[in-house]
Amino acid sequence: MTQPALKRDIGDTILAVDNISLSFGGVKALQNISFSVNEHEVFAIIGPNGAGKSSMLNCINGFYHPQEGTITFKGETRRQVRPSVAARTGIARTFQNIALFKGMSTLDNIMTGRNTKMSTNIFLQALHFGPAAKEEVEHREVVERVIDFLEIEAIRKTPVGKLPYGMQKRVELGRALAAEPDLLLLDEPMAGMNIEEKQDMCRFILDVNDEFGTTIVLIEHDMGVVMDISDRVVVLDYGRKLAEGTPDEVRGNQDVIDAYLGVAHDDAEA
Amino acid sequence: MFYREAGQFKTSYTADEAIFPILQDRFFIGAILIVAFGVIPFFIDDYWANAILIHFLVYALAALGLNILTGYCGQVSLGTGGFMAVGAYASYKLVTVFPEMNFIVVILMSGFITAAVGVFFGLPSLRIKGFYLAVATLAAQFFLVWLFNKVGWFYNYSPTGMIVSPPREVFGFLVTGPDAHPAARYLFCLSFVVVFAWAAKNLVRGRIGRNWMAIRDMDIAAELIGIRPLEAKLTAFAVSSFYIGIAGALYFSVWLGTAEPTEAFDINQSFFVLFIVIIGGLGSIMGSFMGAAFMVLLPITMKSIMVDGFGFAVGAAKHAEVMLLGSLIILFLILEPHGLARLWQILKEKLRRWPFPY
Ligand SMILES: Nc1ncnc2c1ncn2[C@@H]1O[C@H](COP(=O)(O)OP(=O)(O)O)[C@@H](O)[C@H]1O
Ligand SMILES: [Mg+2]
Repeated sequence: MTQPALKRDIGDTILAVDNISLSFGGVKALQNISFSVNEHEVFAIIGPNGAGKSSMLNCINGFYHPQEGTITFKGETRRQVRPSVAARTGIARTFQNIALFKGMSTLDNIMTGRNTKMSTNIFLQALHFGPAAKEEVEHREVVERVIDFLEIEAIRKTPVGKLPYGMQKRVELGRALAAEPDLLLLDEPMAGMNIEEKQDMCRFILDVNDEFGTTIVLIEHDMGVVMDISDRVVVLDYGRKLAEGTPDEVRGNQDVIDAYLGVAHDDAEA
Repeated sequence: MFYREAGQFKTSYTADEAIFPILQDRFFIGAILIVAFGVIPFFIDDYWANAILIHFLVYALAALGLNILTGYCGQVSLGTGGFMAVGAYASYKLVTVFPEMNFIVVILMSGFITAAVGVFFGLPSLRIKGFYLAVATLAAQFFLVWLFNKVGWFYNYSPTGMIVSPPREVFGFLVTGPDAHPAARYLFCLSFVVVFAWAAKNLVRGRIGRNWMAIRDMDIAAELIGIRPLEAKLTAFAVSSFYIGIAGALYFSVWLGTAEPTEAFDINQSFFVLFIVIIGGLGSIMGSFMGAAFMVLLPITMKSIMVDGFGFAVGAAKHAEVMLLGSLIILFLILEPHGLARLWQILKEKLRRWPFPY
């Protein structure tokens, strides 16, 4: 489907998840999860539905606050972080259920991805004067590069509520990319897409990783895709970690075969 | 004239982000401004000023304010009347306590004071939404009107409880008081409205406006991409109240000249401005003007058709007006939440394609 993993310089650890536990009332969504992600890596989290994958991403970007454990990002260790702070330190993400701003155009949605980098005050903005006008154009240039990159020039001014599902997923990726993150979290970026859309999305993910060196953590159900594009994989099941390693190592792991690949196989037949 | 984008290529992002990117729109707005500033002042009389033009300008400004809060930022408010009262009483206290203060400064300061009050009453929006927020702002409405009735300091202990706007000049022309020329009063209000409509457009097309709309469309996602809900909501309350405060100050000092809180600023004011925003179009600057024109002209038109034309009683015309308004609001809410502004957009879209169906 796509090229095998690319030859990039994998760097040191950029994200270390250390003994994270998260529960909702009685539901233990995550239990003592640890793994680390290296700079410039494409790292996949897989596991059956309800395994705690989305919860893991939510902990990383501060939407959920784990009861135990720490997360170290770019050398800074913390357990609980506010989402807006996580965004400012270079973490961007997309969501399992698209979370775009439906009433706004593609362009404006992607521009919101730049908000943490814009700073002119409200008075200058009201006058659209000097620095405010200049700032707007500078960030528009970055956003136009993202739009070019994702090949969505034609829908620049369309309200995103009117776009088909696959396109919305692409715009959401655009909004995350506009933030020029160091770490990009993608929650099922290809769910519900047809083959062609999936191929495009894979190409974009690999290109982002390749051209900008962005570290990517993604959740994906399609095993073919995961094996193709990720450098390493962690497998979750019922909130516990089953395995971690390269796609080949994980594929050979008996626990994983029992718990997950069997499930995926059933899915594929259904 | 042909309404086309064709041939008008934009060679820079600055040009593409202009307020009116299409040439014909610029002609249209230019023509309106020329008539508004250059023609109307020569023909205006007291009736036109009070019944139509200043009436329209004041409510257009208040609607701009409410539209910023409700249409752009998604925070419902029923406190508009109360905030207009804050602007009015602020301007009254400023002119009476500091008689030397430049009257333009008085109006602007009234706006800033209202903005501060608005931020205070906007604090609950950080915790509650929708219906509950509407109730909280309703409480603000009643509290503020009660306060201006109750505390003598606000009306300088005048025995009637009324406030009266003393005569004030701007650039040598009287703009308040019974001797002010209608043209001067009209131009004074018009200048504020034009400047602040332009500023509102600048805000909503920039970072702050996008943050407001992001909060409106999906507040959780907005927070997750780094927008601070506190900052976005409170700036919306501040800017909105600033506009409404200035509208209230003009309403009292330039338009009515006298005011008394229970009547001039009651809950009906809040609804009137809300109806303007709904009919004109939630989340549209242009819509605020269209809605205000509609709501100001509707009773006058109804009266001249039904009473003067067909000889109905004044009461019957009033009832018909209320019924018509009610039905229109329901229709707009269900069918076209973006109001007259969207209908205008659709018409322009058709014009752009004309004579081809697609
Ligand atoms: N906000 C929440 N409130 C209560 N339970 C939750 C919440 N989010 C996730 N869970 C629970 O945590 C478990 C893991 O969910 P999730 O992380 O969404 O799994 P996955 O993304 O792997 O399908 C599930 O049992 C789910 O019901
Ligand atoms: Mg999930």
